[in-house]
Order: sequence, then structure tokens, then C-alpha cells
Amino acid sequence: MSTKEMNHLDKLEAQSVYILREAYANFKSLVMLWSIGKDSTVLLWLARKAFFSHVPFPLVHIDTNYKIPEMIQYRDRLALEYKLNMVYGQNTEALKNKQTYPDGTIDRLSCCKNLKTDALKNTLAGTWPRWRMDHNLKKYVPDEDKEPYTGVIVGARADEEGSRSKERYFSPRDKYSDWDVGDQPPELWNQFKTDFAPGTHIRIHPLLDWTELDIWEYIERESIPVVPLYFDQGKGERYRSLGCYPCTFPVKSTAKNIKEIIAELKTGKFKNIAERSGRAQDKEDGGLETLRKQGYM
Amino acid sequence: MENLIDKAKKLFGGETMNIDLMPKMNIVVVGHVDHGKSTLVGRLLADTDSLPQGKLDQVKADCQRNAKPFEYAFLLDALKDERAQGITIDTARCFFKSKKRQYIIIDAPGHIEFLKNMVSGAARAEAALLLIDAKEGIRENSKRHGYLLSMLGIKQITVCVNKMDLANYSEEVFNQIEKDYRAFLQQIGVVPEQFIPIAAFHGDNMVSKSDKMPWYKGPSILEMLDQFKKAQPPENQVFRMPVQSIYKFTADGDDRRIIAGKVETGSISVGDEVIFLPSNKRCKIKSIEGFNVPAQQKVSAGHSTGVTLTEELYLQRGDIMCRLSETLPQVSSLLQVKLFWMNKRPLVMGKEYKLKIGTAKVSVYVKKINHVLDASNLNSAQKTQVERHDVAELVLETKTPVAFDLTGDIEATGRFVIVDEYDISGGGIITSMIRDEQADVRDQVVLREQKWDFSIVDRGERAKKYGHHPKFILLTGKVGVDKKTIAKEIEKDLFESGCKTYFLGIGNLLRGLDVDLDKKARHEHVRRMGEVAHIWMDAGLIVVATASNLNDEELRMLQEVVSRDQVMIVNVGKNEFRQGLVDVQLEANAPAAESVKKIRALLTEQKVFAV
Repeated sequence: MSTKEMNHLDKLEAQSVYILREAYANFKSLVMLWSIGKDSTVLLWLARKAFFSHVPFPLVHIDTNYKIPEMIQYRDRLALEYKLNMVYGQNTEALKNKQTYPDGTIDRLSCCKNLKTDALKNTLAGTWPRWRMDHNLKKYVPDEDKEPYTGVIVGARADEEGSRSKERYFSPRDKYSDWDVGDQPPELWNQFKTDFAPGTHIRIHPLLDWTELDIWEYIERESIPVVPLYFDQGKGERYRSLGCYPCTFPVKSTAKNIKEIIAELKTGKFKNIAERSGRAQDKEDGGLETLRKQGYM
Repeated sequence: MENLIDKAKKLFGGETMNIDLMPKMNIVVVGHVDHGKSTLVGRLLADTDSLPQGKLDQVKADCQRNAKPFEYAFLLDALKDERAQGITIDTARCFFKSKKRQYIIIDAPGHIEFLKNMVSGAARAEAALLLIDAKEGIRENSKRHGYLLSMLGIKQITVCVNKMDLANYSEEVFNQIEKDYRAFLQQIGVVPEQFIPIAAFHGDNMVSKSDKMPWYKGPSILEMLDQFKKAQPPENQVFRMPVQSIYKFTADGDDRRIIAGKVETGSISVGDEVIFLPSNKRCKIKSIEGFNVPAQQKVSAGHSTGVTLTEELYLQRGDIMCRLSETLPQVSSLLQVKLFWMNKRPLVMGKEYKLKIGTAKVSVYVKKINHVLDASNLNSAQKTQVERHDVAELVLETKTPVAFDLTGDIEATGRFVIVDEYDISGGGIITSMIRDEQADVRDQVVLREQKWDFSIVDRGERAKKYGHHPKFILLTGKVGVDKKTIAKEIEKDLFESGCKTYFLGIGNLLRGLDVDLDKKARHEHVRRMGEVAHIWMDAGLIVVATASNLNDEELRMLQEVVSRDQVMIVNVGKNEFRQGLVDVQLEANAPAAESVKKIRALLTEQKVFAV
């Protein structure tokens, strides 16, 4: 058995698992970012594939406080069910001082910078507080560990938008999290950059070659649980991409399950509409690229 | 709490459905700068209705606003820097579908500054489109890219002669370029699939035949793409799996010790006998592991997998797992290679670099530069170093032997990269194996391991009972420097703490085991000492041996006879060995207790007592 031809999902899986294991073998202070969306949930599943049901590193979530509530419920249920080493961070200052777009004090991109980029940088660096799931108490407690996380596994896909299509599987960032797009290390065959000067941070992108359709096909094949927000609950709309509720809008769709989402992507009306079209911060020229250069995922 | 998996199953709408999974193929587009690579890809996306809605109009509007002529390349050159300069800086991936399959198109930059980006893009591809400008003709990167494609192992290459509109769609121009470029490819052993005349901007011969070039009878670009053959993982070759890691995750009472890796070639089944090279360890496959998959008896090329073994062998990342009954890889510290260099700092003799091959990473030096080639014209240069964008034929010497195949036999285990400080700086392929000084001993040891009759006492069980793993501690140094006192004190110290241990002076063998040997047959004396130590280590002992005046070559031979990671080399007094060969350096005449302490600390660090 298993001598049948590998299909494209088998190949994508094998390559992503290889990359995850290379990351784990080469980096001491490794974490995986989990946005609760479908991509990073597939990534989490692939980690369980790579490490035979275990997830041997912390999962980090940046909680903007404006995430759709179902996302947080789902995160914590899965964290308990899979016994994940779950950590979250937050820009408590900006929230306290009402420096957010929903507070009406700043624009969308500045809000992303405050609640996501800055929170992410400082949570990874260990300079702001982190909260860790205590599996005995079944709730989050302040995390004693202040060590910086220097290797970060991220679920970015090349087909999402222009700047992501140029990423490497192993992508170095300097200590300011800056990304030098013009001077990226070569990647040959299955050899990635795994040697770094002290102070370098590395992002690892095991999902680069996956498309939105691959993601859904894989979710279907593996029966991976995803947030129900992706499905029409009877109102004739669903989320195609998840984010903060003030800036993320559902799309008109009656897809009630994964089968119908796949059909919709393959032949239906979303065939040629960008996945992030419901994300308001991408709309300004160069919006996402500017954010990414500053450290946005 | 409701089980999410159950909930998820409800959402899948009942039974699993049959999605018609389309095959996928990676194609790279290469060629000299401005010969129209991004235009070709942009046009292909537009003509196959693969662009997100509104993207084409948005880019056209951008152009109008900034008063510049529209180009299809702008669709791809999405980064702001690139739009400003009008060149492709890095490799972009685009996705589109034909009726036959899905494509990932990798648009590689043609500018010489960005060669490492082109190489990164091309290394992922299964086939390549190489563009040549009909008006400008063959340029240096047309050739350099062609050369690199062949080194990267890309077998299917189609040459597109672009901008035919600027050459009046002339058959003569096309034929001349085809003739010249074919001759170049022949020199490097590449047979192209096809030459196609196109005008990418106008869409000629892109998705369908152009009426402007009725003299051309071959396929259009899209038809050509669909004709490329899909390579399946090489399952019928001999089995190779570079070991990525050894996992023992103990959460939830998991007691599996899993050897993880990706099967590069061949296949392996439960019960098969395997050997790990270069460490020469032998064992049997107990199980094939996976998560959320049905139980497996066999796993084949292409899969990332994991196995458990019938015994708990001490193994390390970097070895290649092979099937004992098949042709085994080569093992040597000398490699004849072909390499291309991408770093601004040249590759020089005498400097230590790192060689990464499979999952192994070892120190490496350039031993000899046979010749250096300018890949853009194939001119050979007499150089004493390899500069950026040069291609060279070299002999590399690794600090410790590596296992590999010749690229011609198995690609995956026959290619490597070289790391200079922190950067991947060169890539290459191994063209032939050179026997190093240890080759004869190594051959004998491989045979010995293949024929070794193991006892039914499990090695792991034995180690548990004895409280330690076997080890060969070898003390050496000049004649007259006292090594025996230290060795005997180590033996006593280990013995008193309950270890199974024994002292062996090489002199003890001279009038017994070695009585048939000439006193001058040093090499054979040393080899036999290694074989005796090897037997005792198989018995589970920590052997403490002394031998004076050993040299680099003899130490290396002992590392072959006894497995490398089981030897601890201790030098007493002046150290004249090659850097990195000695594990512990002791001062002559230092108090014995201090020396014993040092060695014990290293034994603990090497986890000899962790059973």
C-alpha cells in the first residue's frame, strides 16, 4: 500500500512537514503564530503531522481585543483539547488609552500597527506581558517566561497578495523585524538558511506554496475543525478571511459547509476575487507591504 | 465540552466527497534582463482568466495616473521598489490553471545582481521556460541561466524567442537564434524540448497559434506547458532517507522513539533491515508512524515520515538511512564536485566552510581547484579562487566523512550547498567520488557490519543493566608523556562507580594477538586495537586504551573501525593534531584526579550515563 501516486495535497503536506521539522531541528526558541484562521489552523495540523500528534513549541496568538468572539472561544477549546502550549499577548496600553480605530482616535493602518504589529513584536521579544494557558486551572495566567522568541512559524501563503509571493520558506529579519526584500538568502532544493548572526530573527513559512483552494481541500480531507464563521449560518453570508470585526466584513455566500466552499472557489463567484477583499486595511496603495516591512505577518 | 472534531464532521456535509484533485506543476521563467519574463507571465495570467477581478483595470489605471505605458509585467512586479525601477528583484510565484492542471509560475529575475534569487526560484521548478529577445539575441544571462538550470537538475527546458514583433516575425531571425543556442546547450549536455517564437506583449503563440507566424508549426506556450511531463517521486530507485531528527515526545505516555525524515528515493517496509551511514549502524524497522493516517506497512519516495526501530540505537541527525540489501551510498571525505558561487566574498583555499548535504552539516575545505568557468561564455580561467557567479570544478575535503550519492545516480543525495559564515553561498553537485585514505578500512567495516551476527540481548537493554552506553576512550600523546597512569585511574574510577570497564594498552597486544606482525606494521597494529575495542564495545564496555605517537590518519582510521560518535580522543601534552580531532586536551604532568574529572565530565555531557 501507499505506493499510489502522490497527489498535490500529499506533496504539499510532505514539503510543509519537512520545513517544520527543519525549523524545529535548527532553532531553539521557536513558536508558531496562530491567528485562529483557516491557514494557521492547517499549519497547526501539519505540526501535529510532523511531530506525530505533539506540538513541541508554544502557539502564540495576538489578541487585539476586537477579534470576533467565536474565534477566542474556538482558540481556547482547541488549546485545551490538543493540550497546546498556548500563549497570547496584547497591546494593553493602546487599548487602555483608546488608541484604536474603533475608538475613533486613529485610522485603520495605525490601529493595525498598534494592536497587531507592535503587540506582536513586543510579545515575541518578551518586553510586554504574555499570558499562558494553565491546563490545570483551564485559564490563562501571567507567563513567567520573558525569553525572546527568535524563530517564528507563520502561515503566510504566496497567493494571498504580491509581497507575500516573494517570501522564502526561511526568511531572516533583523533585530528591528525589518525585511530586506531585495537581499534575501538563496534557497536551494531542500537547503534553507539555518545559520544566523546573533540577534537575527527568523520567520518560517511552511505554507508558501499552498493556495486558498488547497487549504480547503486539505481541511476537507483531514477533517480539520475550523471556526464556524467561515460558513453561512442561514443569513446568506460568511467570512472568507477572519480578522478584527470592525475591519473585516463577511461576503455574500450561502456555502454552508466545506464542500460548498470548495465548489464556490473552483467554479463559483469567488474564482477571481481576491481572498483578502474583505479586509479594509489592504485597500490603500501599498498598505499591506508597508505593514509587512514593519513586521506585520 | 462538545468535541470539535465531531462538530467539524457535521460541517463537512456527511460523507467524504471526491474532489477532482488537479495535478500541480512548478514552472520557472528565466532569461536575460528585459527579455520579457514578467510580461510573458503577466500575459499568461491575463489570457487564462487567472487574475483577481479588477486587478488588470487597477494596474492600467495606475499606469494612466502616473503617465506611463501599461505593461503586463506590472501585474507581477507587485513590490513598490520593482514598479519604480521596472525590474524584477525577487522571485514571485503566480498561480494559474490550464484545462489539464494547476501551475505555479515562478518569475525569476534576470538581472545579474539577483542571480541568487533566480537560482532559488529555479531550484523549485520541474520545468523551465527560457526567454531570449529576438532583437537583442543571446546575452550572457541567456547562457548563464541555461547552464545553471542544468546544474540545478531541471531536465525539461523550452526556449521562447520573444519580441518577434520587433524582428518582423522573421523566420530567419528565429532559426538563427535556435541554431546558435542549441549549439550552446549541446556543449553543456542539455537537449531542449522546443523553441517557440512569441510576442508575449501581443499574445502571439501564447495560448493559441499566432497567424503572424504561419511558418511555425509547434505548440503555443500554454500547449507546451501542458506537454511537460510530471515527474513522480523516484520510488523505483534504492531507498534513501536522510535523518532529520530523532523524536521522543513523552507527553500523554507516548514512548515511541521515532526516526523522522523525508524519503527521497525508494521505499521501506516494516521488517526491513536498514543501515545508517556514515555512522554504520544497523537495525530493523519496527513500525512506520504517522498522525491521522491508517496504519502503514510501507512508505515510499516523497513522503515525510517516521519509523521506529527494533532496538534503541544511538543515532544522530545527518545520517542517511538505507536498506542493507540495496546498493549503499558512497562514504568519503573527498568529493569531486561542480559548484556555482553566489557570495561577494570569493570561495578560497584554506578557509573553513560548512557543507550541507541532505540533513548533514560538516566542516569543509577546498582541497583543489581544477578549473573555474565563466558560465556566460564557458571560457575557462586559471584562477586560484572562485568568484561570485563563477562555476568551478573542485575537490572538497570534509573534516569528517559524509555519505552521498553521485548526482548522476541519485539527485537528492548528490547535491549540496556551502555555507560561508552565515550564508548559503554556493550550490553544487557531486560528480565523482575520490577514495580517501580510510577507504579500504571503511569498505572492510561495512562488510563486517553487514555480516555481524548480533546476540539476542538488546543493546539498549544491556546499556540499561550496565548503567551506561559503551565508549572507547583513547589516550594518546608523545612517547615519554605518561598516559597509562591517567588511563588506569579512569578505569578504576569508572569501575568503582559500577561501570563495566577495562584498560587496554596497545603493548598488551604485541606479543599476543599481534605476534604475527612485523613491529613496523603500525597501521595494522592500530587497526587491530580498534577491532578489539569494537568487540568489547559490542559487549557494552567502556574501554580505556593508550597508544603513543598516533597521527591524524591513525585516529581517523580508529574512528572508522569503531563508530565515530563512540570514540573519545584524549591527547596528553602537546597537541599537534588537526583542529577539531581531539575531544579532550590534558596537560602532561597534571594531577591524575583532575584529568579523570575532565574526562568524566565529558562522558556525562555525551550522555554515556543517560540510559
